[in-house]
Amino acid sequence: MRAIKILLIKEFQQIFRNPAILRMILVMPAVQLIIMPFAANYEVKNINLAIVNHDNSQYSQQLVNKILSSGYFKLSINTQSYDVALNSVEKDKTDVIIEIPSNFEKDLIKESKTKIFVSANAVNPSKAGIGSAYVMGIIREFNSAILAQLVQQPKFNNIPRIEATPIFWYNKFLNYKMYMVPGILVSLITMVGSLLASINLVQEKEIGTMEQINVTPIKKWQFILGKLIPFWIMGIVMLTIGMTISYLIFGIFPQGSFGLIYLFAAFYLIGLLGIGLLISTIAETQLQANFIGFFVIMFFNMLSGLFTPLDGMPQWAKYLALANPVTYFIEVMRMVIMKGSGFFDVLPQFFALIVMAIVFNSLAILNYHKTN
Amino acid sequence: MSEKVLITKNLTKKFGDFVAVDNISFDLEKGEIFGFLGANGAGKTTAMKMLIGISKPTSGSATVAGFDIYKQTELVKSNIGYMSQKFSLYDDLTVIENIRFFAGIYGLSDKEIKEKSDILIEKLEMKSEINTLVASLPLGWKQKLSFSIAIVHNPKIVFLDEPTGGVDPASRRLFWDLIYEAAHNGTTVFVTTHYMDEAEYCNRVSIMVDGRIEALDSPFNLKKQFKVNSIDEVFHQLARKATRQAD
Repeated sequence: MRAIKILLIKEFQQIFRNPAILRMILVMPAVQLIIMPFAANYEVKNINLAIVNHDNSQYSQQLVNKILSSGYFKLSINTQSYDVALNSVEKDKTDVIIEIPSNFEKDLIKESKTKIFVSANAVNPSKAGIGSAYVMGIIREFNSAILAQLVQQPKFNNIPRIEATPIFWYNKFLNYKMYMVPGILVSLITMVGSLLASINLVQEKEIGTMEQINVTPIKKWQFILGKLIPFWIMGIVMLTIGMTISYLIFGIFPQGSFGLIYLFAAFYLIGLLGIGLLISTIAETQLQANFIGFFVIMFFNMLSGLFTPLDGMPQWAKYLALANPVTYFIEVMRMVIMKGSGFFDVLPQFFALIVMAIVFNSLAILNYHKTN
Repeated sequence: MSEKVLITKNLTKKFGDFVAVDNISFDLEKGEIFGFLGANGAGKTTAMKMLIGISKPTSGSATVAGFDIYKQTELVKSNIGYMSQKFSLYDDLTVIENIRFFAGIYGLSDKEIKEKSDILIEKLEMKSEINTLVASLPLGWKQKLSFSIAIVHNPKIVFLDEPTGGVDPASRRLFWDLIYEAAHNGTTVFVTTHYMDEAEYCNRVSIMVDGRIEALDSPFNLKKQFKVNSIDEVFHQLARKATRQAD
C-alpha cells in the first residue's frame, strides 16, 4: 500500500506541474462541449433553392411564396431558364431546383392535373433527400388547399383528410443538442482514458525511468495501479466538469440519477484504461502511442452511434459496434440523462461494460508480461 | 576470507541462435570496484540486465547480494542499486521530490527518508537547489544526484551502466570520488565504461569480447600479462580479435 501511495504522490506532483495536462482536463472539455454540439447538428435548414418559373400565374406565384415562407429555404436564384439554375447547382450555390411548367395554372384548372419538376443536388445526400421531401410536403399541402377551393360541393363542407399529430417524448422540442451533448461527454472521457494514459506510460519507457523502476522492488501491478488511478480520477473530474458545463450552457440536467452515471463512468474508465495500457505495451514511442490511440478513438467514435444511428449500419458494422465500449456508455448516458432510466433499464449495458473491462485489462496485462 | 556479494557460474543468454553472453563466471567481493569493459555489442548490457533481474538467463547460475537471480528477483532488487547512462531521474520533479520518491519505493520509512535526504543534500552541497527541477540542473550534478539516489537504500552492490557518458573530465573526477566513498563504505561497485582511464581506477577489470570474458584481473596484473603500459592497449589487443559487429 505504501508503495502505491508513493507512486501516486509522484504522479500527482507531475500532473499538477504539467500545464498541458491541466489545460487538457479543464479547457478541452469546455471548448469541445461549447462548440461541438453546434457543429454536429443534423437539422437541415437554409436549403438553397432555385426557382425556374415558366408560368408567372397567380397559382404558381402562390406556390412559390408558400415554399419560401416555410422557413427551410433560401432563394438562391429566380430564373426563366433551367440551364441557368443548373449552372448555379454546379457552382454549389443551389441545392434544390423547382421547375414550374408554362401551362401550370391552365393545366391545373382545365385538365385538373399538371406536373412540377424537382431536382436536387445529391452530393450531400441528406440535404438533397430532406430538401426535396420538404418541397413535396409543401406541394401536397398546396394541392389539397386548391382542391378545397375548386371542389365546392355543398354536401361536403370539408374534404375528408387524416391529420397526424406527433408527440415527442423525452425531447419535446426536438433539440438536437440534448442528444449530442451526452455523447460528446463520453468521447471526451474516452480521450483521457485511452490516449493520455498510454502516452504517459510510453513516456516513462522513452526517458528510461521505466527501466529504473523495473530494477526497484516495486511490483509491476503496483506500478500499473499507480499509473491508472490518477487517470481514472482525471476522467471522473473531467466528467464532472463536462456535466457542469452542459448544465450551465445548454441547461441539460440529468433526468436520472447522478449516482448511476458515475457508477457507469467508473467501470467504463477501468475498461478504457485497459485499452490505454494495451496501447502502451505495443507502442515504443509517444508518437506511435499517439497514432495508435488516435486510430482507436476514431474507430470507437464512428462505430458508437455518436454521430450516426447504429440501426442504419450494415450487420457486420453492428457487430463491431457491440464490441465497442463507447457504444454502451453513450447509450446509457442518453438514456439516463434524457429519459431518466434507472439501473435495471441499463443492466445489459452494465454487464457489457464489465465484461469489456475484464477483457481489455486481461489482454493488456498479458501483453505487458510478454513485452517486459 | 572476504565476503562474496556476487557469484556467477557459466551464465549464458541466447537470443535464438545468437549467443549474447557466453558462459561467463566471476565473483565480486565486498567493497570492490569492478570495471566491466567491452566494445559495443560485446554483451555487457545483456550480462548486466541478467544480474539486476530484468532479463532471465538461458542457463548458468548467479547469486547477487546473496540471493538467487532466478528465484529471488524481488530480494535481489531490494539489495542492489542501479544507475543507467540516461541518469533516469524524473526531470519534472524537484531534487528533493526525486530523492523522496526513490527512497520511498525502496521501502525506507518517512523518518529514514528525512535523515537520508538531509545527509545526501549536505554531501552534494545542493541545499540551495532542493526545490529546483532536475531538468534545469547541470549534467554533472544530475549524475551525482542520480548516483546518490541509486545508493540511498545502502545496497550491497550498485550497478553503473556507463555512468560518465557525456560528462566533462572534471565532473568525471568528482564522480569517481563518490564511487570511492561508496566502496569505502562497503558497497560493491560494478561499473561499465568506455573510458580506459576510468578502468585504471578499478580494483579489478574484466574485458568482454564476443560474449566471453577474455581477461579478468587487476589493472596492474593485466598490463604485466599483456606486456603493455595501459589498460587501453590491453583492450585494443583483445578487441581486435572480435568478430562480432558493434551494434
